[in-house]
Amino acid sequence: MSNMTNKLENAGGDLTARALREAFYAGLISLGLFFLFVGLKSDQNILNELILVQRWGLLAVFVIVAAVGRFFVVAYLQPLNARRKASKDAAATTETREGYIKRNFTVIAGVLLILYPILAVALFGVQGSLKWVDNFGIQILIYVMLAWGLNIVVGLAGLLDLGYVAFYAVGAYSYALLSSHFGLSFWLLLPIAGLLAACWGVVLGFPVLRLRGDYLAIVTLAFGEIIRLVLINWTEVTKGTFGVSGIAKASVFGIWSFDISAPNNFAKYFDLPMSSAYYKIFLFYLILALAALTAYVTIRLRRMPIGRAWEALREDEIACRSLGINTVTTKLTAFATGAMFGGFAGSFFAVRQGFVSPESFVFLESAVILAIVVLGGMGSLTGIAIAAVVMIGGTEILRELTFLKSIFGPDFTPELYRMLIFGLAMVVVMVWKPRGFVGSREPTAFLNERKAVSGSFTKEGHG
Amino acid sequence: MSGPLLQVKSVETYYGNIRALGGVDVEVNSGEIVCLIGANGAGKSTLMMTICGSPQARAGSVIFEGQDITRMPTHEIARLRIAQSPEGRRIFPRMTVFENLQMGASLDNLKYFDEDVEKIFTLFPRLKERQMQRGGTLSGGEQQMLSIGRALMARPKLLLLDEPSLGLAPLIVKGIFEAIKKLNKEQGLTVFLVEQNAFGALKLSDRGYVMVNGQVTMSGSGKELLANPEVRSAYLEGGRH
Ligand SMILES: Nc1ncnc2c1ncn2[C@@H]1O[C@H](COP(=O)(O)OP(=O)(O)OP(=O)(O)O)[C@@H](O)[C@H]1O
Ligand SMILES: [Mg+2]
Repeated sequence: MSNMTNKLENAGGDLTARALREAFYAGLISLGLFFLFVGLKSDQNILNELILVQRWGLLAVFVIVAAVGRFFVVAYLQPLNARRKASKDAAATTETREGYIKRNFTVIAGVLLILYPILAVALFGVQGSLKWVDNFGIQILIYVMLAWGLNIVVGLAGLLDLGYVAFYAVGAYSYALLSSHFGLSFWLLLPIAGLLAACWGVVLGFPVLRLRGDYLAIVTLAFGEIIRLVLINWTEVTKGTFGVSGIAKASVFGIWSFDISAPNNFAKYFDLPMSSAYYKIFLFYLILALAALTAYVTIRLRRMPIGRAWEALREDEIACRSLGINTVTTKLTAFATGAMFGGFAGSFFAVRQGFVSPESFVFLESAVILAIVVLGGMGSLTGIAIAAVVMIGGTEILRELTFLKSIFGPDFTPELYRMLIFGLAMVVVMVWKPRGFVGSREPTAFLNERKAVSGSFTKEGHG
Repeated sequence: MSGPLLQVKSVETYYGNIRALGGVDVEVNSGEIVCLIGANGAGKSTLMMTICGSPQARAGSVIFEGQDITRMPTHEIARLRIAQSPEGRRIFPRMTVFENLQMGASLDNLKYFDEDVEKIFTLFPRLKERQMQRGGTLSGGEQQMLSIGRALMARPKLLLLDEPSLGLAPLIVKGIFEAIKKLNKEQGLTVFLVEQNAFGALKLSDRGYVMVNGQVTMSGSGKELLANPEVRSAYLEGGRH
């Protein structure tokens, strides 16, 4: 026993030395990395000349953060993790409680989501809830829905699509243009926008039928750009870079409106004080319902022949064909279904913003959506939802970190580091969980389930 | 029915400009086990794939039950009940054994699934034990069983097997050959198989073909080929047996 403590103490001394050494290296590396990015900044002076601004203080902060962070990781976090692992191996006790939360995860998450706006209003008041419902709730749910839609194409059918934002754009512009020209309501245009996007999914699908992997990715990337360029240049219809504004709001199935002038205005009807918060709360439930629809359809389809064919297609295309599966229609339905949900999300986006322009549909959006699908574990709905909360919620939190200004100076805008942190988070997650948050595929068929359906099968089977 | 179940008539298949099959004639009658032997690169797998229409023959014709299927897409050929356990097994690695078998039954939309899966499990009890395991984590022999089982789930009239004994222990090879024989005897299943294990395959088969450089150079009953001195020196002696 005493022998062991001795050893530990020795190890402790070694550890501090090692941590200091590694901290020094980390500082050195970040100095090299950030010297040009952070230390120097090109800017324009009053005479429109390009000048270099030196920001040594900020650079120093970066280097110090890296060095100190590394020191703590090596000196404390790593030994702590090692010890925790050891104790976990020794005794697995909390198993049952974790199991309960895990088993009922969907139900718990659903209830929490439904209560979320009510909680926000209760805690922060009607006006104060705006930020929580809109910036966090709606924003995250849009990405959850988009990522679940893309998941059908990438996660299930295994078709790498880098231009998914094109369908988002088609949905958004469908609603924006059709509603402002023909005055049609959201509830009519939502399915139309989905259908139009699905058609574009098929249009994209045809030329790429024979492509796979990298080649498919490049063509879909180009497709996304084409749609965006058309939106910019077809100015008579889309108003180009100015975008379409003044898009009509959605109503509660035509019963209550959120237009201030309308006689059946929601707030007036219920004698509530005027606030935009009610509309946002309505939008929150709308996107929640749309996302739930996406999840439900995905789960159902996975158990049906078409969903199984998608998954088989991802695994082995040749084997699929030799089992009698028509890979052409299978691929096209995957593109169309994924695109349809992109279209739904797009028209929701238009209704929420009241304004669409090509700027919202750049490649970066496709990349972010794809990143969420990959981080979530390609195919797992739960994993993707977690990834969306972490990535989108994380970047939204950045906006809130105004206190950082007092550390880094008044010019510091945390949002600018969004992509840097996004990338960093991706690297960290991929190192920590290489197959995404939920990396293992859930089987869709089980033995006892088979027993349950066997009756209906034998009935229609040959005697 | 008059005429053979499958007729391959002077088929030529190309990969780009390279000719892999140069006028191959093969016939398989209903209820037969026919085997095809030949050296590596002779074109055996190419013939199997050509029958399934991927790649399609550039010249000649493939006729199944009197119907010309040379230009048919692969999935439609499969719907005529030609099932294949292809070279490299090609099972779905992330799907479970059970799901793989379901995929095999997708032609009938799982109509006969329950009945058929029991048959597969009696044929390969190993698969029953492993039914919730992912295909990709099965051992080589188990994957081979799954590949054959999946092909059988389609209720084929003609079963094409490309090297079912590849990489398996002698005892398992024996088991698989016995299973093929049993299916043929009890259900009248027609089997066309490619084998490197010429001795076992010829013993199992009613008839056999020998392929050299994309052409059939010899054919005859299993016994005849086993006795043939050329076949013996090329494929049997100094080889595996
Ligand atoms: N996809 C392909 N592209 C180009 N050439 C090919 C392709 N597939 C096969 N070949 C060539 O066609 C010839 C026949 O190949 P095949 O796979 O039919 O041989 P095999 O008789 O099955 O051999 P083995 O016993 O090794 O499996 C070989 O020379 C091979 O290199
Ligand atoms: Mg071969």
